[in-house]
Amino acid sequence: MTNPIVTFRDVHKSYGDVEVLKGIDLDIAPAEKIALIGPSGSGKTTVIRTLMTLEEPTAGIITVDGQNLWQMEKGSKMVRANEKHLRSIRGKIGMVFQHFNLFPHMTNLENCMAAPIHVKKEDKASVRKRSIEMLEKVGLGDKLDNYPNQLSGGQKQRVAMARALVMRPKVMLFDEVTSALDPELVGEVLEVIRDIANEGEMAMVLVTHEMDFALDVADRVIFLDNGVIAESGKPAEILQHSDNERLQSFLHRFRSTS
Amino acid sequence: METLSEIFPELIKGLPITLLVLAGSAVFSYLIAFIAGLSRLSRNVVIRTFTSFYVEIFRGTSLIVQLFWLYFALPVLFDIDLGSELWVGILTIALNYGAYMSEVVRGSILSVAKGQTEAGIALNMTRFQRMRLIILPQAVRMMLPEFGNYLIQMLKATSLVSLIGLMDVLYFGELYSSTHIQQAPLVYLLTLIFYFILALPLIWFVRKMEAFSKKGVASE
Amino acid sequence: MRIGNLDLERIFPFITRIKENFSWETVTESFPIIFKGIGITLGLTIASFAVALLFGFVWLLLRKIPFKPLSWLFTWIMEFIRSTPPLVQLFFLYYGWPNVPVVGVTLDPFVCGVLGIGIHFSTYISEVYRSGIESVDKGQWEAAKALNYSAGKKWTKVILPQALPPTIPMLGNYLIIMFKEVPLTATIGVIGILQLARDYGAQYWRYLEPLTIVALLFLVMSYASSLIIRRMEKKINERTGKKPAGTAVQ
Repeated sequence: MTNPIVTFRDVHKSYGDVEVLKGIDLDIAPAEKIALIGPSGSGKTTVIRTLMTLEEPTAGIITVDGQNLWQMEKGSKMVRANEKHLRSIRGKIGMVFQHFNLFPHMTNLENCMAAPIHVKKEDKASVRKRSIEMLEKVGLGDKLDNYPNQLSGGQKQRVAMARALVMRPKVMLFDEVTSALDPELVGEVLEVIRDIANEGEMAMVLVTHEMDFALDVADRVIFLDNGVIAESGKPAEILQHSDNERLQSFLHRFRSTS
Repeated sequence: METLSEIFPELIKGLPITLLVLAGSAVFSYLIAFIAGLSRLSRNVVIRTFTSFYVEIFRGTSLIVQLFWLYFALPVLFDIDLGSELWVGILTIALNYGAYMSEVVRGSILSVAKGQTEAGIALNMTRFQRMRLIILPQAVRMMLPEFGNYLIQMLKATSLVSLIGLMDVLYFGELYSSTHIQQAPLVYLLTLIFYFILALPLIWFVRKMEAFSKKGVASE
Repeated sequence: MRIGNLDLERIFPFITRIKENFSWETVTESFPIIFKGIGITLGLTIASFAVALLFGFVWLLLRKIPFKPLSWLFTWIMEFIRSTPPLVQLFFLYYGWPNVPVVGVTLDPFVCGVLGIGIHFSTYISEVYRSGIESVDKGQWEAAKALNYSAGKKWTKVILPQALPPTIPMLGNYLIIMFKEVPLTATIGVIGILQLARDYGAQYWRYLEPLTIVALLFLVMSYASSLIIRRMEKKINERTGKKPAGTAVQ
């Protein structure tokens, strides 16, 4: 792949004695939409958390836009990146969380405006305009001055997505964003994700159990099993041609019968 | 019952000192609570350890013992002349309750849900920005009811300054009852009622704060 | 005073002053005298703790009286005792009670201490009981009703066995808190370690060392107790899987 936006090279992650990631190798192209699926415990959330700098890999190299994320040069040596280095790269990545993590003491609009103003030091007026646009795009233009606790789960998740989008990341990570929602609220969130995907500009990594949606929206499906990438390919290939037994039984469990 | 109208004016004479000690202790103890609470969360081992010593020592010893100790030790050991017993009283109460409240500060900050910090990281905020914009606004909401409770404790604590010679409400109560032994029970009862009246607005405040703190916070 | 290459006295000049003014001789002389009071101090702590535990239940019952005006009255009396200085309450018992018409009687300082501190803190203990009871799953009450338990059995066999164990760490904390309030009784003549220290000071004109000894004794004992309580808390957490109940510490 020429000029991938994200690369993983032999990334390992252990928690104490337990090794969760056992050597991940991955390239993500700019604007590529990837669905990351797998049984629980397989490490899929850990993969995107190491990219978002929420967890530090025990070994291996992650690069973003050509730059080494977790290591930096000091003189002639490579050392563990400091906070400054991490921050210089982290701004290119955005994340939407399973439990939304909206700021309860701010309105929806304020939630969206906080980071661009304080982190990117953009001017308030243009941030406000962009935030309102984003909230309108996710269908919540009428709830600008409401507080998160006044919203349903689906609405909260859409605000969370608007908040992440306002930062204009190059890569957007979705950590099981519908798993905490009541079934009837899942659809509205998936719709917004589909819209975002169709706009085309960002790379997206969706960790999800919504198998039908993932196979529909993704350019590539990656099946993670027991800490390694077991299968990777276009949705059609994965569905029809894979002879990986675990993958087939996994898909069988999660797909709705059509 | 004319004694009632004699006793109350006597007690009121002590009000300025009681209120002064309370106000002084409150201001300094909240200050100390924040400084110490945040210091215990610092990544600097030296700051953390020194603050922990302070907190453990003042939480582990008795207020009245601290009061007497500071009263005698400050001039002798540290050559510090605070000018008056008033400052010894304020300092002791502030140091004592500052230590307890620093734990409230620390606990509140820690109990703001981890997801909030992660959202802040995902939005690329600095540690300072996360503290200022996300964590502290929520933590302070949680601290308020406890701070209110401690304020009531500090009001009760002010009665101890009569033991180092300050002329507070209790002092005048003791004075009156020592010359009117027959009325001693009434005098002390009225003294209690006097303190209770002072405490009532604080009790009301705590109840209000408990309701307010419930909304606007994301905790585990 | 040196640590390695650092001369501490230059950095902290008050260390010299402390060395000059702190008499270790006084420490060794006064320690045995002061330590004799440990029995009274500890005894008072335990006795008042027992009173507090007992009266904690009494308040619970008084506040549950079906007759609204009475239960409201007792709630306010409880609040009154909780929010007013224990020192004044001690004075009331020691100086005031003997002069109460009809029922007044002179109370021994130790008894005053036990009653004063015990009843003062019983109001806090009552809150601990209350939150322990509230933390019992609502379904338990319904199950007891469905199984036709009598009120008495419901309390003794179902509710209390679940409500009380999680409160134990909190109760332990209050034991330590009460231990630290006990020296207040020195002001009404109880000869515990504080009063012995003050007597020594009055006699030999050296207050600093005796008071330091008292402070350190408290520190050691309350720190050791809090470690024990933390261990207990862990054990209880493991057993019941629930977090300990109770209002936050003073």
